[in-house]
Amino acid sequence: MATEILMPALSPTMEEGTLAKWLVKEGAVVKSGQIIAEIETDKATMEFEAVDEGTVGKLLVAEGTAGVKVNTPIAVLVEEGESVSDAPKAAAVAAPAPVAAPVAAVAATPAAAAPVAVVSKASADWAAGTPMKTMTVREALREAMAEEMRGNANVFLMGEEVGEYQGAYKISQGLLDEFGPKRVIDTPITEIGFAGIGVGAAWGGLNPIVEFMTFNFAMQAIDHIINSAAKTLYMSGGQMNCPIVFRGPNGAAARVAAQHSQDYTAWYAAIPGLKVVMPYSASDAKGLLKSAIRDPNPVVFLENEILYGQSFEVPDLPDFTIPFGKARIWREGTDVTIVSFGIGMKHALEAADQLAKDGISAEVIDLRTIRPLDYDTVLASVMKTNRCVTVEEGFPVGSIGNHLSAVIMERAFDYLDAPVINCTGKDVPMPYAANLEKFALITAAEVVAAVKSVCYR
Amino acid sequence: MATKKAAEKSNVSKDELLKYYRDMLLIRRFEEKAGQLYGMGLIGGFCHLYIGQEAVVVGLEAATKAGDKRITSYRDHGHMLACGMDARGVMAELTGREGGYSKGKGGSMHMFSKEKHFYGGHGIVAAQVPLGAGLAFSDWYKGNDNVTFAYFGDGAANQGQVYETYNMAELWGLPVIFVIENNQYAMGTSVKRSTKSTTLFGRGTAYGIPGEQVDGMDVLAVKEAAEKAVAHCRAGKGPYILEMMTYRYRGHSMSDPAKYRTREEVEKIKSEKDCIEHVRDLLTQSGLASEEELKAIDKDIKEIVNDSAEFAKTSPEPDLTELWTDIYA
Repeated sequence: MATEILMPALSPTMEEGTLAKWLVKEGAVVKSGQIIAEIETDKATMEFEAVDEGTVGKLLVAEGTAGVKVNTPIAVLVEEGESVSDAPKAAAVAAPAPVAAPVAAVAATPAAAAPVAVVSKASADWAAGTPMKTMTVREALREAMAEEMRGNANVFLMGEEVGEYQGAYKISQGLLDEFGPKRVIDTPITEIGFAGIGVGAAWGGLNPIVEFMTFNFAMQAIDHIINSAAKTLYMSGGQMNCPIVFRGPNGAAARVAAQHSQDYTAWYAAIPGLKVVMPYSASDAKGLLKSAIRDPNPVVFLENEILYGQSFEVPDLPDFTIPFGKARIWREGTDVTIVSFGIGMKHALEAADQLAKDGISAEVIDLRTIRPLDYDTVLASVMKTNRCVTVEEGFPVGSIGNHLSAVIMERAFDYLDAPVINCTGKDVPMPYAANLEKFALITAAEVVAAVKSVCYR
Repeated sequence: MATKKAAEKSNVSKDELLKYYRDMLLIRRFEEKAGQLYGMGLIGGFCHLYIGQEAVVVGLEAATKAGDKRITSYRDHGHMLACGMDARGVMAELTGREGGYSKGKGGSMHMFSKEKHFYGGHGIVAAQVPLGAGLAFSDWYKGNDNVTFAYFGDGAANQGQVYETYNMAELWGLPVIFVIENNQYAMGTSVKRSTKSTTLFGRGTAYGIPGEQVDGMDVLAVKEAAEKAVAHCRAGKGPYILEMMTYRYRGHSMSDPAKYRTREEVEKIKSEKDCIEHVRDLLTQSGLASEEELKAIDKDIKEIVNDSAEFAKTSPEPDLTELWTDIYA
C-alpha cells in the first residue's frame, strides 16, 4: 500500500517547520536511510531521512513552504505497481507514522505556540506612536545581547554551544561571527566550573553573560549563583559587586520528563542579593535583558523554550530598555486580578479571553521581574477587583503565588471578597507520557475555573 | 636540612630575609592574638588559624607585582596580612565591628580588599578555585600580564570543581597559579585517608598543567618556586600548580581537639621545620642580623598586633541599619 511521509517533529517543542528543500524528485527510488529533504525548525536546519524503501509517487508540499504543521503529509511513497491514490487520507493519520523518523506520536506541546503576533492592550513601556516591529522572543534576546556587546567591550557570552554551534536554541546565532571567539566562548560541559569562572571574571571587572543550556543544569552551579555571586557584596561590606547575568531556558519544554522540566523561579526569588527576571513577551525579553546586562548585580534571567519562537511587537528603538521592578498590566479589568509571569502569562491571557465571553472582566498583570517584585501594582489591582488568582508553572509548595497570597492578606485583607487561589503546576515530578504531562501542567482551563471560583460563579 | 640548603643561597639579601621574618612573625603573632580573643569570647563562630603555614603566603607574595590577584578559602588571615591589608581592619572584622574590612558583616571567613586585590575569604571548600580562574580570565580578556594566585587546601583538592577549572584554565591558557596548601589534614582526615593519589600537584598532568611540590616550610624555596610559576604565567603559557608541603600547628578551627594526630608529630615539625625559626637562624648564624635587631622587630610586631586587638575591641558594633545595606549595588 502506498504510504504518506509526514512532516516530522524534529525537536521536543516543534509544532511546525519549513520544508526547505527536497533532495528527491517525483519518480525517484529511495532507500531506507536516504536523506530526502531538509527541514528547517526554529532552531536549526535538519536532514530528514526516509525510513522505508519505495518510489516517490508525489511531493505534496513544495520546497520553500513555511509553516508546515507536524504530521502533515508532505509526500507519498509507492511500491511497485501502486499509484498515488492508494495512499490513506491525511486525516486518518493519528498513530505514529511508520514511514519517517523521528516522528512524534502526537503533537504534545501544550496549546498552540504558533508565531501569531500577540499585541498587548496597553503598555507604558514606550510612547504612543513608537514605530514597532514584529520579532520572536529568540530574536529579541539575541538583539539585546548583540546591542549590549557592541556598546560595552567588557560584555561577553560564555556557555555550552553558544559559539560554533550557534546556540543550542539558536539564541546566540551569529554572535560568534560578529564578536569573535574571545567574546563568545564555548565551554566544556562543566556548569559549576564555568559559573565560578564567570563570577570571578565579574569581580575582575568584566560583565559576563553565562548561558545555561537550560536552568536544570544550573543546579550543578547553584552554589556559585547563590553563595559566590549573590552574597559577596554583603559579605564584603559593599566592596565586591558582581555584575553577571545567568540566563537560559527555565521550566517545562515538552516531553522531556522530570529532570529537564522544572521552574526555578521561586528558588532564586528566595535569595537576597539576586535579581530574578522572567519575561513573557519579546519586548520584555529584549528590554529586560539589556537592563540585566547593565545591572551591577547578579541577575538570574529565566527564559522559556516554548516562548522562544513566539512573535510579539517590539518597539523599534535604538536603545530600548525596561526597568526592573515594574509589572505590566496587559489587560485592564474590574472583576478579578490574574497575576502571572513567564509562560504563565500565556494561560492567564487565554483564560481572560474566555472569561470575557462569560461576562467576567479580568485584569491581567505580568510581574516580569520577580525580585524586585512590584507589589504596589498587584495590591492596587486587588484593591480594585477584590479578587485574585495567581498563575505559574512551578510547584505549588513555596510558590510565588503563595508569597503573593501572604502579602495580599497582610496588606489588603479587608479588600478581599474571596480567598486568593494559586494556580500552579502539580505537586509531582514531570511525567513523560503525553497525557500525564498535559495533566501536570497548568492550563488556561484551570485558570478559568479558579477565577469562576473566586467570583462565586 | 632545609636550613642548610637555604643557607647556601648566598644571593639572599639581609633586607629580604628581614622582610620575610617580619611578615611571617606578624602573621604568627596576629593569629596567636586572635586565638586569645576567641578564648575571651570576643571572636565568634568559625576561626581558622594559619599558624605554621606562614612561609607559604609570605614566599608567594614575594614574587608578586602590583595588579596581581589572590583568592583563598576561610583560613585567610595570613593571606590578608601578607598582601598588605591592615591588621586593625582584619582583627576588627574578627570581632564583628564596624572598623572591620567587611564592616563586621563577613567575619573571619569573609574579608576582601579591592585595593590590595584580595578577593576573599570564601567558605565553601574549593569554590575559590574557579572564582580565581575567573579573576585570571578577566586579566587574560583585558590582555595584561597580571597573575592570579588561587589558594586551596589538600581537602579542596578532592572537589570536582577543581578539575573542571584545571581543564578550562589550561584550555584557554589562563594566567592562574593554583597553590595547594597541603597541610596534610582536611579537618581531621589525612591526605592518605582521602586519596590513593597523594601527590596532589601531579593531577595537573592529566590536563597538561605543569607543577611541582615545594617545601612550604622554607620561605626561600617557596619564593623560588613562585618566581618560576609567575614567569610561566606572565609569559602567557597558562596555569601552573604549586603544591606547598606545609603544616598547621593549631586545630582545623578553634573547636578542633586535633585527636587525629599525635602531639609528638606536631612537636617534631615545630622543632625541626618551623618557618620563622628557620629564617631567624639564617639571619643570626650568618651574622646578617643581631639579636637586638630581631628583638626590635619582635617588639614592633607585638605593638602592631596589640594595637589591632585594642582597635578590634573598641571599634563599635555595626549600626543596626547596616543589616539592610550592601545587598544590592
